[in-house]
Amino acid sequence: MILNIFTDIHELLLGLMPENIVHITELVLIAVAYLGIFAILGLFLVWLERRIAAFFQFRLGPNRVGPMGLFQTVADALKLVSKELTGTEKADKFLYKIAPYFVITTALMSLSLIPFSYEIHAFDINIGLFFLTSVSSVGVLGIFLAGWASNNKYSLIGGMRTGIQMISYELSVGMAIVTMVVLAGTLQISEIVEIQKDGWLIYQGHIPAIIAFMIFMIAGTAESNRTPFDLVEAESELGAGFHTEYSGMNFAYYFLAEFVNLFLISSVAVILFFGGWLSPFGITDTIPFAGLFWFVIKVLGVIFIFMWFRWTFPRFRIDQLLTLEWKFLLPINMVNIVLMALMVWLGLTL
Amino acid sequence: MKEFLTDQLKTQEYFLNMGPQHPATHGVLRLLLKLDGEIVRNVDMDLGYIHRSIEKMCERASYKQIIHLTDRLDYLSAHMNNEAVCLLAEKALNIEVNDRIKIVRTIMDELTRISSHVLWWGVTGMDIGAITTFMYGFRERELINDIFEETCGTRLTMNYNVIGGLRYDIHENFVKRTKDVLKHLKKKLPEYDKLLTNNIIFQKRLMNVGVISGEDAIAYGLNGPTARGSGVSCDIRKTHPYSAYDMVDFEEAIFTEGDSFARYKVRIKEMWESISIIEQLIDKIPNDEYKVKTKAVIKLPVGDYLQRVEASRGDFGVYVKSNGQKFPERLKFRSPGFANLTALNKMAYGLKIADLVAILSTIDVVVPDIDR
Repeated sequence: MILNIFTDIHELLLGLMPENIVHITELVLIAVAYLGIFAILGLFLVWLERRIAAFFQFRLGPNRVGPMGLFQTVADALKLVSKELTGTEKADKFLYKIAPYFVITTALMSLSLIPFSYEIHAFDINIGLFFLTSVSSVGVLGIFLAGWASNNKYSLIGGMRTGIQMISYELSVGMAIVTMVVLAGTLQISEIVEIQKDGWLIYQGHIPAIIAFMIFMIAGTAESNRTPFDLVEAESELGAGFHTEYSGMNFAYYFLAEFVNLFLISSVAVILFFGGWLSPFGITDTIPFAGLFWFVIKVLGVIFIFMWFRWTFPRFRIDQLLTLEWKFLLPINMVNIVLMALMVWLGLTL
Repeated sequence: MKEFLTDQLKTQEYFLNMGPQHPATHGVLRLLLKLDGEIVRNVDMDLGYIHRSIEKMCERASYKQIIHLTDRLDYLSAHMNNEAVCLLAEKALNIEVNDRIKIVRTIMDELTRISSHVLWWGVTGMDIGAITTFMYGFRERELINDIFEETCGTRLTMNYNVIGGLRYDIHENFVKRTKDVLKHLKKKLPEYDKLLTNNIIFQKRLMNVGVISGEDAIAYGLNGPTARGSGVSCDIRKTHPYSAYDMVDFEEAIFTEGDSFARYKVRIKEMWESISIIEQLIDKIPNDEYKVKTKAVIKLPVGDYLQRVEASRGDFGVYVKSNGQKFPERLKFRSPGFANLTALNKMAYGLKIADLVAILSTIDVVVPDIDR
């Protein structure tokens, strides 16, 4: 049966080669699979964004290449791959070239932690959420380096803004996660999901959990550099911001990573608040791989909210962005953690 | 530690070349910014990237030809610009036009104003970061442009006015379509408020940004909605009524705050006023000739002539010095955008780059109008 597919592959490989080589082969296979997921996710989300944007703006969006224009982004990616990689003469060549890989590697590393279902979960460690937040904060370096190394003032301003924005909002994301960890009592992602069999954490933690969810959504938007926090690449101010000087595939890396990061943020929201791969009321929990369906549905729901934000709100100014974080979100967050701790201590959770 | 920081880490002001190719400069305006981090210390405006010497060309063009050149100034208020030249020639030659011409001209003026303002609304939203507004603005603009297309065959550079009247009579659908568009606009303008005006982020981005007092506005020669945002009453439609503006009852949109949000509100209110003006006139179009007979070659009598109209961006003036020939001896356009742009440095000093974009957007520059 389908449940045994992984053991089948494992045994097939064991018949072909010695055990330690099988382990390495399997690692490579999983890595390739995740690269595939990465590319498909990125391309699909770009398509989704364009379609949703179009519907918000009473346009049609891409609808010619493939069914419902699904292959439009594939065609775009092919175009980007075939383009020449240009760069500025006075750029810091080494940093300029290495910067996109920071973004893409960290996105890929974070992706490996995401449980698509009970069965499909590549990397489940006991400090899962901690690892996730620390790895994703390294991704900022990629944007910051791109802004610095391009030797372009617009890129530099974009890079400066990234530094300010990411450092600020990382705190809010982290503290919203901590609030939920207080409730869940573990950092391991699979355990956090399992705890929610009795009820999703947003239900278990009610008031502080809802506050944490709202903060997480706001800070998550900022973390993924989307409107109303897209100051980093503020089109009307900075042209293209930090990736002004990037072309071809280097640009595509940033573009794809941005959308994979969107998926990551939404996934974390789903894991922390909406029960991960669990179905509502456990209706399909016994069916293998059904979790994949529920997980994707929930994540798409959260992604839709992010896209809704993007096509509705205007952009903040840099000082307003900082005021919002340091004067509002952070104090609320701190009080919220204490509130959550008290609730857990007094046993007021549902 | 502090000494180390001041010794090792120096800060310096730097220059940023914004434009001529830049999404926020609405064409080919070049701004040379002196920045301290993100704070604007000085704005130098470098013009001339789309200079076509239209004023000089006008000295070698007959008065009928000049009308066509005025389209290319502020292309979003093409009809008003055309009208200024026509009114000037009619005044000089003592041509009396009938009420039908006056009323149709006024309706077209106001339709142009609405179409220009909805486009401005969309672009302002986009400059502030809300991209969807751009499409919304264009949706309404398309409907108005369709009316223009049906009336005179063109959508942007209309050339509908000729000296002594209109080029063609209005289309039989004109009245019905205009009413339909007004109905549509009345439904959509509150939607604009919901989407953008009442958005807290948008308000925070515009309020107290680019403040200019009424005295400064007069000193800089600001005009149009930009000056009316500072409480300066300067509507040519009120002060020097032309065409059918003395037949209608409308309110001059004035707000006194002087910031970008006041300028924004002025334009939103102007759209409502334009709708009311058209509604007052649309059923009153009398049956009459659409054109008064004029000579084939128009020669203005010797003398100086000035005609001002209220274009979408403000006071558009045409000054002609005639020596009795078929070409003007000297012609000068007074464009609203040029005067408005001069106050940019005053408004943007000490603010952020993002504010500069917002200010540029709310004074609504159209660069071909500034570089003539």
